[in-house]
Formats: sequence, C-alpha cells, structure tokens
Amino acid sequence: MTFLLALTLFVLAVFLGVEVITKVPPTLHTPLMSGSNAISGITLIGAVVSAGAEQTTLATWLGVGAVTLATVNVVGGFLVTNRMLSMFSTKKKRR
Amino acid sequence: MDAASNLIQAGYIVAAVLFVLGLKGLSKPRTAVRGNALGATGMLVAVAVTLTDNKILSYWQLALGLVLGAAIGTLLATRVQMTGMPELVALFNGLGGIASVLVVGASFLEVRDLGSEPTTTFTLAAAATGLIGAVTFSGSLIAFGKLRETIGSFGFAGVRVLNGLLFGAGVALGLSMLGAPTSLVLIVAIVVIGLVLGVSGVIPIGGADMPVVIALLNSLSGLAASATGFALGNSLLIIAGSLVGASGLVLTQIMCVAMNRTLAHVLFSEAPTAASAADADDVYAGKVTSTNADEVALLLDTATRVAIVPGYGLAVAQAQHAVRDLTRVLEQNGCEVVFGIHPVAGRMPGHMNVLLAEAEIGYEQLVEMDAINPTFAQTDLTIVLGANDVVNPVARDDPDSPIAGMPILDVDKSRTVVVIKRSLSPGFAGIPNPLFAADNTLMLFGDGKRAVVDIVQAFAEL
Repeated sequence: MTFLLALTLFVLAVFLGVEVITKVPPTLHTPLMSGSNAISGITLIGAVVSAGAEQTTLATWLGVGAVTLATVNVVGGFLVTNRMLSMFSTKKKRR
Repeated sequence: MDAASNLIQAGYIVAAVLFVLGLKGLSKPRTAVRGNALGATGMLVAVAVTLTDNKILSYWQLALGLVLGAAIGTLLATRVQMTGMPELVALFNGLGGIASVLVVGASFLEVRDLGSEPTTTFTLAAAATGLIGAVTFSGSLIAFGKLRETIGSFGFAGVRVLNGLLFGAGVALGLSMLGAPTSLVLIVAIVVIGLVLGVSGVIPIGGADMPVVIALLNSLSGLAASATGFALGNSLLIIAGSLVGASGLVLTQIMCVAMNRTLAHVLFSEAPTAASAADADDVYAGKVTSTNADEVALLLDTATRVAIVPGYGLAVAQAQHAVRDLTRVLEQNGCEVVFGIHPVAGRMPGHMNVLLAEAEIGYEQLVEMDAINPTFAQTDLTIVLGANDVVNPVARDDPDSPIAGMPILDVDKSRTVVVIKRSLSPGFAGIPNPLFAADNTLMLFGDGKRAVVDIVQAFAEL
C-alpha cells in the first residue's frame, strides 16, 4: 500500500469517526469508550501474523505477547461493554 | 493477488463496515447493545480471515496467546465491580497501546533480519507507534494507579517543560531513524522516552481531570493502532484505529467543554490554584447549618419533587444501592425523584450513569445538566451526594474564581439543599463552596452510604 493511499484512508476514517460519534448522549459515554477501546484492539490482527510467521524466536515471542495483550483488550472490552449495556437495557424492559 | 489475500481483503472490508455500524450503534441507547455486538462480530471476522494469511506457518504459539488473552479478558470483564470501571477501561487502553508497540517491534526485527531496506513509511510509522503506544501504556498504568488511589498526584516545578522536551526528543529520534532505519538502539530509545513521557505526563494531572485523561488515552490507543497500520500497510488497522482515535478525541472535547477548559490547559498548565479565591473561614464562619437524618427524612416526607446530584463521592462510598433504596421509598410516597448528572461527575465520562444503572435506576431518571438546570426552581429538595466543584455557584457568579465559567448544576436554586459530605474540605479546585453556607442549605456530615441508609431508616420510622 502506498503512503498516499494509507493517508487517504486515515483522513477519511477520522472524519467518519467524528461524524459518527458526535452527539452521543452522556449516558453512553462509558460504554462507548470501552466499546471503542475494544475496537482499538484491532492491532490483534497484526499481532497474529507476527506470532505465526516463524521469523526469529524473539520476533515470534514479541508477537505472542502482543496477541495475548491485544486479546485481553478485545475480549475484555467487548464483554464488559456488553455487561454495562445490559444493565441499562434490563431496566428499560422492566419499566 | 492469491486467493488467501483476496479473502483477507474482502474480510477486512466487511470488518471495517461492521466497526462503523458498531460505533454508530454505540452512540444511541436503543441500538447500543447491537452496536457492541456488531463491533465484536467485525473483530471476529477480521481475526478469522487473518488466520488464513500465507505468512502464518505455525499456529501453536498463536493459539496460546489467543486462549490466554481471552481467559484473562473474560475474567477481568466479569469480575470487575461497576465502581472499578474507570480503572479497567484505563488498563485496557494501556494493553492496546503496548500490543501495538510489540507488533511493530516484531515486524521491525523481521525487516532487519531479512536485511532488506525498510521504506520511509515503515520507519516513520514504526517510530510513531513506538512513541504513541508507549505513552498510552505507561500513561494508562499511571491513570490506573491514580484511580485506585495507590498513586497520588504530584507535580514538580518544570514537569511540563520536561514533558515538552521528552516529546521533542521522541520526535527528533523518530526523524533521525530515517538516517539509520534498522537501528535497534534508536527504536528502543523512542519506546523508553514514550514510557517516561506517559508517566510524567499523567502524574501531575489531578483526580477531577481524570475523565479528560481517560478519553485522551482512549484516543491515543486508537492512533497507535492506526500508526501500526501505516507500518504494516494494513488497511483495516488504519481504518479501525483512526475511527477510535477520532471518537476518543470527540469525547475528550466533550469533557473539556464540560469543564470550561481547553485540552492544552488540562495537559500543560498547573492545576487551578486557590490564590484568588475567598478564604474558607470568611465563607463558612457561623453560616453553616448542619442537620441529621431524622430532619432530612421529615423534609423528604413533604417533598413532591426531589433531585439527587451524585459526584465521585458516591463511587467512593459505594452508595449507589443505598441511593436506589431511598429512591424507591420516596417514589412509593408519591414523590418524583430525578438525578442531575454533570458531564464530568466521577472519574470517567459517564461514570455516574453506569453506577446508577448498576443499582437499577432507570436511565430516563438520569437528567443531563442542561435539561435539569431550569427545573431546580421547582424542586423541593436537592440532595448533593459527594459532589462539590460541579455545584459551586462561584463558577457562575464570580468571574475571578479559578473555576469561573465552568458549567455547573444550579442546585442552589432549589427550595432546600441537603449536602451529604464528610467535612467542609474543598473539592479538586481547592476553593471553598458558598453553597455549603447558603441559607437554604443543610449539611449532613458523614459517610455517604451511611448517611443515605440512615435517612431511609428514619423515613421508615416516621
């Protein structure tokens, strides 16, 4: 991928992110933060390749470390967000 | 392009779309649960197609990392108390940041050992990831420690200058890597500078500014992933990382507006000082009226509309369930109960909402600042529980005050105000609060949870 293409993706995604998130109600600030945080664990896909690529031992283990930490981020982030959101919604159903 | 990489690219497009839809869903109460599920599905798709990458030769180390990470993540997510949510989010931010650093480190070693010349994009992006990811990691760990109150706030003269120098040094080293793109020493030095900068950048920032810091670290963890994408030439990393970076920035901005401060002010200026503020003795002497649970119960018995304004003290005292009980008995008595939530109440954006939701208080009862402020004049009794600066009328009335212009909850306009607080000690801004000495204010001194439990009991005995 050329630098220019990467930069294009970056700029468009930033604009898209701002547009999508503006006007989020304060009630959802915490879940939004933990949910988007889980998405930032996307670095996991880079880690997966590093861990499996059988380059040098050091590179592999850096990769394995990255896979572990990113997976904690991803799995924990989505689960805890779901837990928080379900507290909001069960209340709504009961009313 | 072979079949595997076509599949990967197609999967990445699907994942990117799911992430956008997921974030969009997370920004509306009705669709938030589905939004989160869409985001998780996107991640699953992304990881699944990546596993087909030709470069992956061995799966056992990979499986080890995935299983271990998933187990730890599940454990943390299911065990955490809602009061501990800010710490957990801070911790997750940090893990994302350091994972990006490790990924770039691994591919840096790979490029170096192959003896190939890295591209300019790779070199600069690797340096950027090293710096941003390391700042995110150590900054988040400090934030974690501060939220758990194992680390106090301390600044020393010149800490902000030091931060500026560290940042400048990090950027300079990054640029110097263009001349020595395979220098392990340089990349490690950048990471070390990033780690130090994370510590020295977050440690002087006081507790009440934590929502801004957490939102900013959230944004940085996204930017670190995005920079990793530049280094690896991976479109999905760039897209997902930038989306998160942007959403974190939007939240940061919302927090700053709610405190009437700029981001630069939070990061680079000293905490507000009490120099220009009135002396505490002048404000309080002879004017503070204290009360007890029985008296508050009597007042509540005749009230038809009660507002409860929670602050960080609610979280510290773990008083959310006691508050729920109070709300229920008041409602049974025919009283309307609403909660006034300041955008920066607590230690992370939306902190109070999560705590009250945990205690099964419906979110339609949680009223935002702009919506509740005009209604305080028709409120019989307002209970302020563990909040201070966000209800300090000097922000509105005294243009010389350090918090002048900060939007506040106008609780002083309600007929009677009961402030539950341990003492008259100042809040984060370090200034006395004339609300405590106002004619219509009663102080109920004590632990927040204990006080609310006592009121509920007194109410039952009426």
